[in-house]
Amino acid sequence: MARSVTTNRKIINTAAAWAIGLLIFFPILWTILTSFKTEAQAINDPPIFLFFDWTLENYSVVQERSNYARFLWNSIFIAGGSTILGLIVAIPAAWSMAFVPSKRTKDILLWMLSTKMLPAVGVLYPIYLIFIKLGLLDSVVGLTVVLMLINLPIIVWMLYTYFREIPGEILEAARMDGASLRSEILYVLTPMAIPGIASTLLLNFILAWNEAFWTLNLTAAKAAPLTAFIASYSSPEGLFYAKLSAASTMAIAPILILGWFSQKQLVRGLTFGAVK
Amino acid sequence: MATQHSRSAARMMMAPAVILLLGWMLVPLTMTLWFSFRKYLPLRGGDQGWVGFDNYVRFVSSSSFWPAVQTSLIIVGGVLVITVVFGILLALLLDQPMWGQGVVRILVIAPFFVMPTVSALVWKNIFMDPVNGLFAHLWKFFGATPVEWLSQASVQSIVMIVSWQWLPFATLILLTAVQSLDGEQLEASEMDGAKPLQRFFYIILPHLARAITIVVLIQTIFLLAIFAEIFVTTGGAFGTKTLSYLIFQRVLESQNIGLGSAGGIYAVILANIVAIFLMRIVGKNLDA
Amino acid sequence: MGQITLEKVTKSFGDVEVIPPLDLTIEDGEFAVFVGPSGCGKSTLLRLIAGLEDTTSGKIVIDGNDATEVPPAKRGLAMVFQSYALYPHMSVRKNIAFPMKMAGIDQAEQDSRIQQAAAALNLTDYLDRKPGQLSGGQRQRVAIGRAIVREPAAFLFDEPLSNLDAALRVGMRMEIGELHNKLETTMIYVTHDQVEAMTMADKIVVLRAGHIEQVGSPLDLYRAPRNLFVAGFIGSPTMNLIEGAEAAKHEATTIGIRPEHIDVSAEPGVWSGRVGVAEHLGSDTFFHIHDTGLAETLTVRAPGEVSFRHGDTIHLNPRADQIHRFDAEGLRMS
Repeated sequence: MARSVTTNRKIINTAAAWAIGLLIFFPILWTILTSFKTEAQAINDPPIFLFFDWTLENYSVVQERSNYARFLWNSIFIAGGSTILGLIVAIPAAWSMAFVPSKRTKDILLWMLSTKMLPAVGVLYPIYLIFIKLGLLDSVVGLTVVLMLINLPIIVWMLYTYFREIPGEILEAARMDGASLRSEILYVLTPMAIPGIASTLLLNFILAWNEAFWTLNLTAAKAAPLTAFIASYSSPEGLFYAKLSAASTMAIAPILILGWFSQKQLVRGLTFGAVK
Repeated sequence: MATQHSRSAARMMMAPAVILLLGWMLVPLTMTLWFSFRKYLPLRGGDQGWVGFDNYVRFVSSSSFWPAVQTSLIIVGGVLVITVVFGILLALLLDQPMWGQGVVRILVIAPFFVMPTVSALVWKNIFMDPVNGLFAHLWKFFGATPVEWLSQASVQSIVMIVSWQWLPFATLILLTAVQSLDGEQLEASEMDGAKPLQRFFYIILPHLARAITIVVLIQTIFLLAIFAEIFVTTGGAFGTKTLSYLIFQRVLESQNIGLGSAGGIYAVILANIVAIFLMRIVGKNLDA
Repeated sequence: MGQITLEKVTKSFGDVEVIPPLDLTIEDGEFAVFVGPSGCGKSTLLRLIAGLEDTTSGKIVIDGNDATEVPPAKRGLAMVFQSYALYPHMSVRKNIAFPMKMAGIDQAEQDSRIQQAAAALNLTDYLDRKPGQLSGGQRQRVAIGRAIVREPAAFLFDEPLSNLDAALRVGMRMEIGELHNKLETTMIYVTHDQVEAMTMADKIVVLRAGHIEQVGSPLDLYRAPRNLFVAGFIGSPTMNLIEGAEAAKHEATTIGIRPEHIDVSAEPGVWSGRVGVAEHLGSDTFFHIHDTGLAETLTVRAPGEVSFRHGDTIHLNPRADQIHRFDAEGLRMS
């Protein structure tokens, strides 16, 4: 049973936690605030926290300079597509591992995970060549496939841990009730695993959204997602803080909003299903 | 708990994932292995034939090799230590009763959502810039000379940026683990006369062992691959060249595919050593 | 309808043989109970019949058709699991409808069967609830309802009552018994509890380490256990087993006598000993008797009113016609 805690103690906890929370969040907050300042106010010494002339000018300048909507669309397509493709491949695989385990299941799982540790730079040039051969360079489809492969081990692993929480007897009951394998997965397993699948989907969407090695190296003008959009601000525009902030805010806002609305699944997802 | 029928179904359903990953691993890796034995300069004469282990020897004897290995280890190790230690402290704090716990949790996990290119750019310019950066203002306010973060303390700065990105993940996993600790166990240890510090070391820390393993495993996977943070901030200058980044430069900047590929094979071997080591621990912990 | 025959069925997990060659026939309409200590292979045997496990060799025949290679979905059997295995995301109605949906039965027929089953199982008011909102007993009924509506060739029960508390268990035992009387469908029921086996079964199959030790009606097993294992397993409290000189008097290696077949008296009798623990149940009293020179402890049943105290000397008279004799192999001697 929880013990009652003195109010004093609670006040100290609250103050400490909020202070640390705000400190960790501060860079994001500051970036968002700066995006509404003029360039002069953005580098003002001493820094201005809230009392400046709020302006939306930076956003329109950023939009004029580069077509935000196209980058955004590419990001959504690549992150969404790779996640959904990954789920389609991973759900059957995770079903097999969780409910028909063999002696090799764990080895296969760990092997899959270890493919994620292969250094991407080691295979950059071959992939580059293959992409040129297949005409996939600077295409959203090519990037979607690569990101699917990159995240597949994580998707399989997460689904596996979620599926394992589902008692095998329920699937056996479905089998006894006359369900085919397809019905078993479609009508019994998937609905029961919806929370786990949602968490997996969210987390992998975010990982794909933020992936910055392949997206930077395999795209040019056409297929570039937001990671590339923002990288183009590294210099010399990086010195224009307000515009850099506006662009940054535009790049992270979709994910921050998504994260805000789906907090519960996300928190579950962020633990990769590994800790209960 | 299975029949022949379901086992063959299982193999069929596992096949796509296994074949895709096998292809993704083997095809490019074989090509890299092939290139690593050739003198291959796409912009300066193309493929100039078999050179045996030349590339391997040259890559290791290059003056950049060992510093790059060292930098990789410092960055991975540094971030792991910082995130695990602060993650535990933060998890213990967030587990305490307080007002607005939900909001604090959102604040703490927010950095995880920020894409690496954005966080690198924001930290580099808005915070660490020696003239206009917020830190510079802060240092001047206290009468100190602003630090040129990314040149004078470049590796530390990158460790800090990356730790900021990964602290939320560590905190969240550890918090979940702390919350799953049976309160009666703590009370029992209190009855047995354990002081707070003893309770931490004898009860809480062992309970967190599995969560810590997970944090270390997953972060290592991602940390070995960090790229954007270096690409955007220093471009590999000022001693921030990791092994990955060194290979990247050989392949893309000096367009020496053979040499870069040899480096790639070294990186693969290194990653495998780390992987075997990690998988051993995790494999054991996954059963528990 | 629902005759199930196992012919030389074996099952091994890797190198471990769980079920050595086994033959068994369960007649149509019979209530058969597989009973034995945990790890005796009774659940495995049930899962073999269900098709959830492959046989390593041998044949399973259901209704005269070889079903050995038939997947569970096509065997026409229904199973009630120990954990009930209800679909947590479906309402009670959908749970019960699921097997019919899989079989492609039309909606009107589905509804009428659901109504019937719900009425029979007192579930009518709960049809729109989720399993999570039901008590253990109600969940058990839903699991049974889901099995009934398929109109299976046979019902399989895998320790269905072990998650219920004692009072509910007695009630459900009767309900399942009544269900069997009404449906007259073959039922195979697995339990480790010999009381469940005795009260419910037409035919009890006693298993040990995958071997069938004895098959028979409850009273057959009670009256004439084929060997020491069955003698010790069936009956509560368990039969007293006596070796040595006393057994030799009956020309046996071991003799057995049930607690209810020993009369107690204060007057000198055949055997005597000192009262240890006395368990007063009201209707009966069980005495655990030490220092008889026969066995560590003898258990005897006496009428509830008989009063001996701890440490009292007590005299015992076994009923001669109720003494079971076993040979050196532990087999019953006629």
